[in-house]
This record gives sequence, structure tokens and C-alpha cells, in this order.
Amino acid sequence: MIEAGIFYLFATVLVGAAVGVISSRNPVHAALFLVLAFVTSAVLWILLEAEFLGIVLVLVYVGAVMVLFLFVVMMLNVNIEKMRVGFTRYAPLGIIVALAVAAEIGYVIWTRRGQLPEKQPLPADNYSNTEALGAVLYTDYVYAFELAAIILLVAIVAAIALTMRQRAGVKAQDISAQVATRRQDRVRLVSMDSEPRQ
Amino acid sequence: MIDWLRSLFSFLPPMLAELATIVASIMIVLVPLILCVAYTTYAERRVIGFMQSRLGPNRVGPFGLFQPFADVLKLMIKEIVVPQNANRFLFLVAPLLSLIPAFAAWAVIPLTPEFVLSGIDAGLLYVLALTSFGVYGVILAGWATNSKYAFLGAMRSAAQIVAYEIAMGFALVGVLMAGGSLNLQEIIQAQSGSVLHWFWLPLFPLFLVYFIAGVAETNRAPFDVAEGESEIVAGFHVEYGGMAFALFFLAEYANMILISVLVATLFLGGWLSPFQGIPVLGDTLLGASGFIWLALKSAIFLFCFLWFRATFPRYRYDQIMRLGWKVFIPITIVWLAVEGVLVALDVGPWFN
Repeated sequence: MIEAGIFYLFATVLVGAAVGVISSRNPVHAALFLVLAFVTSAVLWILLEAEFLGIVLVLVYVGAVMVLFLFVVMMLNVNIEKMRVGFTRYAPLGIIVALAVAAEIGYVIWTRRGQLPEKQPLPADNYSNTEALGAVLYTDYVYAFELAAIILLVAIVAAIALTMRQRAGVKAQDISAQVATRRQDRVRLVSMDSEPRQ
Repeated sequence: MIDWLRSLFSFLPPMLAELATIVASIMIVLVPLILCVAYTTYAERRVIGFMQSRLGPNRVGPFGLFQPFADVLKLMIKEIVVPQNANRFLFLVAPLLSLIPAFAAWAVIPLTPEFVLSGIDAGLLYVLALTSFGVYGVILAGWATNSKYAFLGAMRSAAQIVAYEIAMGFALVGVLMAGGSLNLQEIIQAQSGSVLHWFWLPLFPLFLVYFIAGVAETNRAPFDVAEGESEIVAGFHVEYGGMAFALFFLAEYANMILISVLVATLFLGGWLSPFQGIPVLGDTLLGASGFIWLALKSAIFLFCFLWFRATFPRYRYDQIMRLGWKVFIPITIVWLAVEGVLVALDVGPWFN
């Protein structure tokens, strides 16, 4: 009973936040609605006892991706007028796509309505889905998993290589040179005769 | 402790009794925590006063011990001024967003061998997720204020926290590899034996990186460029006053205590006694594990926070970025590789 209540509460918030993402006029508000959507969907996953996925969703998307997103959105002065021009033109297409996706989901559920299990049996008390996920990822799917990691690494290297540029005349500090300086390079002791009294 | 509370509330209907037990055990953690935060501010002023040959607050009550309450009272009766062009809702929500994660992270921290609010399996991940949440308070405060100084502070803080969070995450991966679990209670148990069994020894570089990154993550000196009072007035909270400012202040000190407790838990064996395993002392009261050891170990790191503030000059911003990206991340990655070899070879009492 309580679980259903929590589910409907957070599901409502999730849908509301998702609508907010596309309908709010301020891009920073839209990004914040997206954060709210991520957090509420994490709550729904935790409700399904998938706590690893829920926490990782918050950690990766809310903690890292959306922070950078907000950072960029706040830095750029996004022209709101320009963004709103396309809205009505693309709205019919968006509605068609949304209806198509909803129809597909409905069709799948309709054709399998007899086969859906009423309620998944609860796993044993000492069951840890973090462990279960790791056991699958590093055995059965280890090649796919490592391949995904390599692709991400290549993407990082490519992003850096594309944006890296060497400019002449940059007066950046060479910190290793600064650290490596010795007294002899900087200070010179000169011995000279004292000047005669006038 | 939780069983005792449960028996205390057994006269209520079962569902209400469960709720009352949960709320009461949260209170048992939170109320002393808030008192600790209050007295950390007092300790900071006294300790820094001592280091700078001053007295510090000594007027309110004996030795100035009631000073935190006087401060809270003063801040509570001050008016909260919302700037005219500020985003009112986000301006007022931002302090809450920085305070709530600092408190919520305590749910998975084991305080004694038996007492932990929620012993979930993904405890370490939960802590990482919640500490990464705290940056929203700072960013939103800076943006909602609609002031250049506040915005600069927020941007600095966002870039800094993202940079140091990666190093912190890698350091936690090291702990996870050594402890063999994400559950904080099991990580502490994996360190039991003696002082030499604690993870500070095999993970020494990660230990240092984690603590320094923790100082940076809490925006404390010498990494406090988000405030930078000599450059951008007070950074992200320049327009905040009264209780709204007090919440930021509370969050900063709560985060300091949280980082100290986490370092003590992950690298210094949490509630394990340092005299464990010593033949004579090991059987006496000193050898017993308990909350007191966690408190003492955390107090050492909390003192370091104050010490750093009194003695180090503020880092320059580009130096902070260099330290985070070019020094800490390579150190942690190299040490993870070393640790992988050590785990594969079953070295010492730590990795088997």
C-alpha cells in the first residue's frame, strides 16, 4: 500500500518534471527539471530494489553530467526567442513520434497481456544486486563491457585532441621549470670593494 | 540501540512503531551532529585564535562556550533580504540543497560495530552520490543571486568540485578493491587486526589524495576560491544574510565533519581500536572497538581542517586545477594499477 503510494507520488513528479524540461522557457530551469527527473527515476528504481542502478544514475547523471550541463547553460547566454521559434513548427512531428512510441508500448503490453507475471518474487535477504550485476558484467559480457570502456576512452582522447591547439606567444607558466630552479640561477653574490668616503 | 528503540515504541500499532523507531534513530544521529557543527565553529575560532596569538570568543558563558548559540540566535532574528532581480525560488532553495546532502550521507556511516542507520550494500556509492549532490547548492546560489561576484564564485566552485570529485572517486575505488565490498561496515571489518592492518598503509597515496580532495570539495582554505573574500567578496553567498547564510555555513561545517569521518572510516579503521591486537592492551577496555575511536580519529582530521586554514595561503585558481587534473588523477590511477598487482599477488594482511 505504502509502496504504491510512494510510486504514484514520485511517478507524478517524474512526469511533471519531464513536461517541465520541454515546456520551461528558461534553459537553466529546463536543466534543473531534468535533474529532478533523474532523481525521481532513481527513487523509482530503488523502489524496485535496483539500488545499484538508482544510485549510479544519481552519481553519474546528477553528480557529473548535469553539473557540466548547467555550467555550460549558465555560461552561454542562450537566446530564448530563437529557441521558441521552432517549437510550433516541430510540435506536430514531436506529437506524432510520441504517439507512435506510446502505441508501440501499448501494442507490446496488449499482445502479451496473459504472459506478464503478476508480481516478481522477492529475492533472498542476502541478495545483492551490485554483486549480481558485477558477476554478469565481468564474466558473460566481459568483452562487450571492455569494448564499451575502450570506446569511451577513445572518445575522451578524441575530444581532447580536437580541441587542443598550440598558440605561439602564450605566457603560461612552466611549473616544472619553476620548481626546478636553484638558488645559483637566480641570485648572484658579487664581491666588490666598498666605495671610499666622500 | 535500534532494538531498544523498537521496544520503547512497541505500544504503538506496528506501522507507526516502525516509523517512530526510524525517526528516533535519525534524531539520535542528527541532533548530536548539529551540536558538533555548532561547536566546530567555536573550536575553529578558538584554535585559529590560539595559532595567531589571539584569544578568540571568550565572553558568552564560561570560556565563551555559549558563543555558537548566541551566533545562531543573532542569525535567526536577522532579516533575509532577497535581491530584486534574483530568482526568488532558487535563491531560497539553494541553501537547503547544500545542507540536505551533508546530513543525508550520515545514513550509511557506521558509528559503532552495531549501530548504523541503514547498512545498505552500495553504501560507498551512496556517499559518493550524495557528496556530489552538494555542488548544486553552490551553483544555484550563484546563479539565482543574479550578481557577477556570486556567479564567478559558483563557476569556480563547479569546475573545482568536478575536478576533485574524479580523484576522490578513484581513491574510493582503491578502498573498494582493498575492502572487497561497498558496504562501509564490511570495509571497516576488513581493516581489523592492528594499526598496521588499516588501509592508510597500503593505500597511503590514496589516503592523502582523498583527504586533500576532501578539503577542496568542502571549499575550505586553502582551496576556498569559491568564497575568495579578497577577490570576489564572498563568492556564491555574497547576497545571503540571516538564516539563509547560516544554512550555507552549517552545510560547510557538516561537510567538514562528514569528510573527516569518512577518512577515518575508510583509511583509519573507523570504530576499530588502535590497540587491537596488542597482547596486553588488547583485552582491556582500550582494545574494545567503539564510537569513541571513530570520534577521536575524526577529531584529528577536523583539527587539520582548522590548522590548514590558519597556516596555508589560498591557492591560485590555475594551480588548483593543475593539482586536481595533472597531479591527483595520475597518482590515483597509478596507485590503482599498483594495487591491482598487490591484490593479484595476495600481498600482506590487506589484500587477501
